Amino acid sequence: MKQEFKQSILDALANPNLAGALGRFSVAYRVSRAKAYEGIDFEAVRTQIADIKSSAATHFDELAETFTRAAEARGAKVFRANSPQAVKDYILKLAQERGVKSIVKSKSMASEEIHLNQHLEKAGIAVRETDLGEWIIQLAHQRPSHMVMPAIHMTKEEVAEVFSETVEPGQMPDIPKLVKFARGKLRPIFLGADMGISGANIAVAETGSLVIITNEGNGRMVTTLPRIHVAIVGLEKLIENFAGIEPILTALPRSATAQLLTSYVSIISGPAPNTDGTPKDLHIILMDNRRNEMAHDPRFKPALQCIRCASCLNVCPVFRLVGGHVFGKVYTGGIGTILTAWFGALKESDEIQSLCIQCGNCKEVCPGKIDIPDLILELRRRLAVEQGQPMVQKAIFSVVNNRRMFHAMLRAASLGQKPFASQGFIRHLPLFLSSMTDFRSLPAIAEEPFRDRIKKIKQPKCAEKAAFFGGCLVDFAYPEMGEAVVRVLNKAGIEVTFPEAQTCCGAPARYSGAYEVAAQNGADNIHALLSEDVNYVVSACPTCTVALKQDFIANLEAVGRSDELPAARRLAEKVVDFSTLVSQLLEQGRLKFKEGIDGGKFTYHDSCHFKRTLHADQAPRKLMKQAGYELVEMQESDMCCGMGGSYTLKLPELSAPILERKLVNIEQAGAPLVLIDCPGCVMQIRGGLDKRGSNIKVEHTAQRLAESLQ
Amino acid sequence: MNAILESSPIIGSFQTHAEAVSAQVLRVASRELALQSVVQLLQQEGVEDKPDFYAVWARCPMVGPDERKMLEAAIPGLKFDVTRELAAAAKVGISQMDWALANTGTLVQSADEVDKRLVSTLPLLHIALVSTAAILPDLAAVLTRVDPRKSAYLSFITGPSRTADIERVLTIGVHGPGRLIIVLVDNLEVAA
Repeated sequence: MKQEFKQSILDALANPNLAGALGRFSVAYRVSRAKAYEGIDFEAVRTQIADIKSSAATHFDELAETFTRAAEARGAKVFRANSPQAVKDYILKLAQERGVKSIVKSKSMASEEIHLNQHLEKAGIAVRETDLGEWIIQLAHQRPSHMVMPAIHMTKEEVAEVFSETVEPGQMPDIPKLVKFARGKLRPIFLGADMGISGANIAVAETGSLVIITNEGNGRMVTTLPRIHVAIVGLEKLIENFAGIEPILTALPRSATAQLLTSYVSIISGPAPNTDGTPKDLHIILMDNRRNEMAHDPRFKPALQCIRCASCLNVCPVFRLVGGHVFGKVYTGGIGTILTAWFGALKESDEIQSLCIQCGNCKEVCPGKIDIPDLILELRRRLAVEQGQPMVQKAIFSVVNNRRMFHAMLRAASLGQKPFASQGFIRHLPLFLSSMTDFRSLPAIAEEPFRDRIKKIKQPKCAEKAAFFGGCLVDFAYPEMGEAVVRVLNKAGIEVTFPEAQTCCGAPARYSGAYEVAAQNGADNIHALLSEDVNYVVSACPTCTVALKQDFIANLEAVGRSDELPAARRLAEKVVDFSTLVSQLLEQGRLKFKEGIDGGKFTYHDSCHFKRTLHADQAPRKLMKQAGYELVEMQESDMCCGMGGSYTLKLPELSAPILERKLVNIEQAGAPLVLIDCPGCVMQIRGGLDKRGSNIKVEHTAQRLAESLQ
Repeated sequence: MNAILESSPIIGSFQTHAEAVSAQVLRVASRELALQSVVQLLQQEGVEDKPDFYAVWARCPMVGPDERKMLEAAIPGLKFDVTRELAAAAKVGISQMDWALANTGTLVQSADEVDKRLVSTLPLLHIALVSTAAILPDLAAVLTRVDPRKSAYLSFITGPSRTADIERVLTIGVHGPGRLIIVLVDNLEVAA
């Protein structure tokens, strides 16, 4: 990672306005979005949108032709442009032919994408953004930091300063006054403009219609007052039928700003009369700029289902800390990372893709049903193929994959750091390693890994068997979690085995884009875990469980090892996470809780993969309540803790503040115990609480269950 | 006046949603009463026959030639031949909308005629008249009724102009009207 990029992250983190505004917004957004969707079947709506837009992307050429015919039949001029340059040339030529001196614009990401303003201004034409946020940004010579709220990073004081310096001195930092000032200053510019430039939120092929959504009313003015209207429309805005407007208009305002509908929606189908009675000189530019190429890439085609609501930004634990400017380009956040790689170049996403912690929040709220984290992983994979893996990373994987050596090295390291370890924690590491223990203590490495400890456990002979998949943290740092699993399953009459040849689940390699390594990890584990005749394959780590259930298959597919897929699928069928298995065993009457336990209060942290990939989040809550514990929910229980596997090593600057927020939420819940189903989250949160000197206990659910069952 | 009018869930829902986005909603029993209440509103707003104090009224089925004369006589400064210059210098704009949507509090208008767009865009206050019988449940219902082949410009208006672009603080009235008063008119013929 380049120093410049790290510095931009540090700068953003140091900006209190940014963190304050985005942080407050992200909390409010969650609540207001949910309210806006009340009474609406979000899954149904987004499935409809995904179908409509996916089908459109399959037929871009046809739809563009249909759109062109329909719009031109109504009197519009349609221009199809492949490159940004062609769009800029067309608009400049049109402006010069028509003697245009002043242009007003309503918000258009497509125009930002091609840097249109600079091109027109160089030719001596005045171009004014009229969306308030965009105007502020334009006056301040900045870039938008958010797709929907471009100036969210600025305070009213900064806005007043920008207005005072660039428009008229003496503006006060009073928001209603600043808004009124903008109205007053832009009004004559609207009335005097010769050309209006807009984007479009939807373009309907069958009717040649454009749908333009705004709140301020500038969209209506830009399309009504000047005699020429130019709309720049990315191909991905095309849909086939007029009826398809409905689901998109249902989701877009709700997802973007938690509104039921924006103040203004204009549906323009051909030229309407100008104020002097002449018909509007209406030009619609259908812009490709690699969208067609994207549609032909089966992995990335779903990204064209985006309706540009920016909800992926609003729920992102990283975006709310750093905002949009670290992304360096026009499109920001999760989807922005993908669009930057395509509309710019793959290598432009090299650094920004690393910001994604893979928590999956965005995937849950995306109204286009885009698996954004998965597409970011695919970027990572392609970057690794294109640029090769860094040497250090290669060396690390070779150690990680040799479990005995890995443990020996960790153990040696932990002994070497013995002066730093006390009560099972490492609280300070020297030199460059210190950033790892700045904000949370690390667990001391277990003297004996779980793979050796399980041999000493006396287990009853049982009819049923479960193979336990340890994963690095249970095996090397938290063997007591593995022991708890064995105790519980033994009570249900299940004997637990530990297939010795099991190795790393491959998640670190996969999440670094090293799919060949990840696929080999998968193949080794499939072989190891299927070599024993067991009824279940159990893990107490959600990331490992997801790897066993889904990623082994995906990794093998990605590298073309399709002959190994049947075995991968056989394994996947046997895999179950621990809490879900315990729930099943209780239902079957094979386990019973001890009577009369008053466990007191606990709060529950939802681990990302556990909730959003395995959808197992209710099982542990229910189990512990049955066991005699009282659940107190914390705020944002399902927000990432900042661990993210190797993320915390690569970007401790971001991991720390994400954790900080989690710790505050935990403390505010007021329970003396936090239960978690993921050893990674336990490591992060336990270490964080230890650093704060907190008495709150952090345990894996398995540990409490082992105590609570008969 | 409202008490004697029969309420219905769809009217109630429209009113609730429109008020939730800062629109003001009135309901009257007839066309005559609607025109009377507009006259009252224009007087209250201090409409006068001088720049920045005009009221501009877009052509609409509710106002025939006789009513127009009556209204012009009642309110000096009220203009029916709307131009861009008059609309830009008007305090109030008045228009009749074609439909209303209950579940979002939205008004919908086929607005090819530019005066319809000017009066609901440039003045600070927009008074929107709409037939109570033209309230539809939702977006889906209106999208099957409008025909983009016949309407080049369909306008959907939900509350006054708004922004939250500075510090996420909701501020009403940026480029468009800062106030929206909706007059629901009973016993009015519905647009086809």
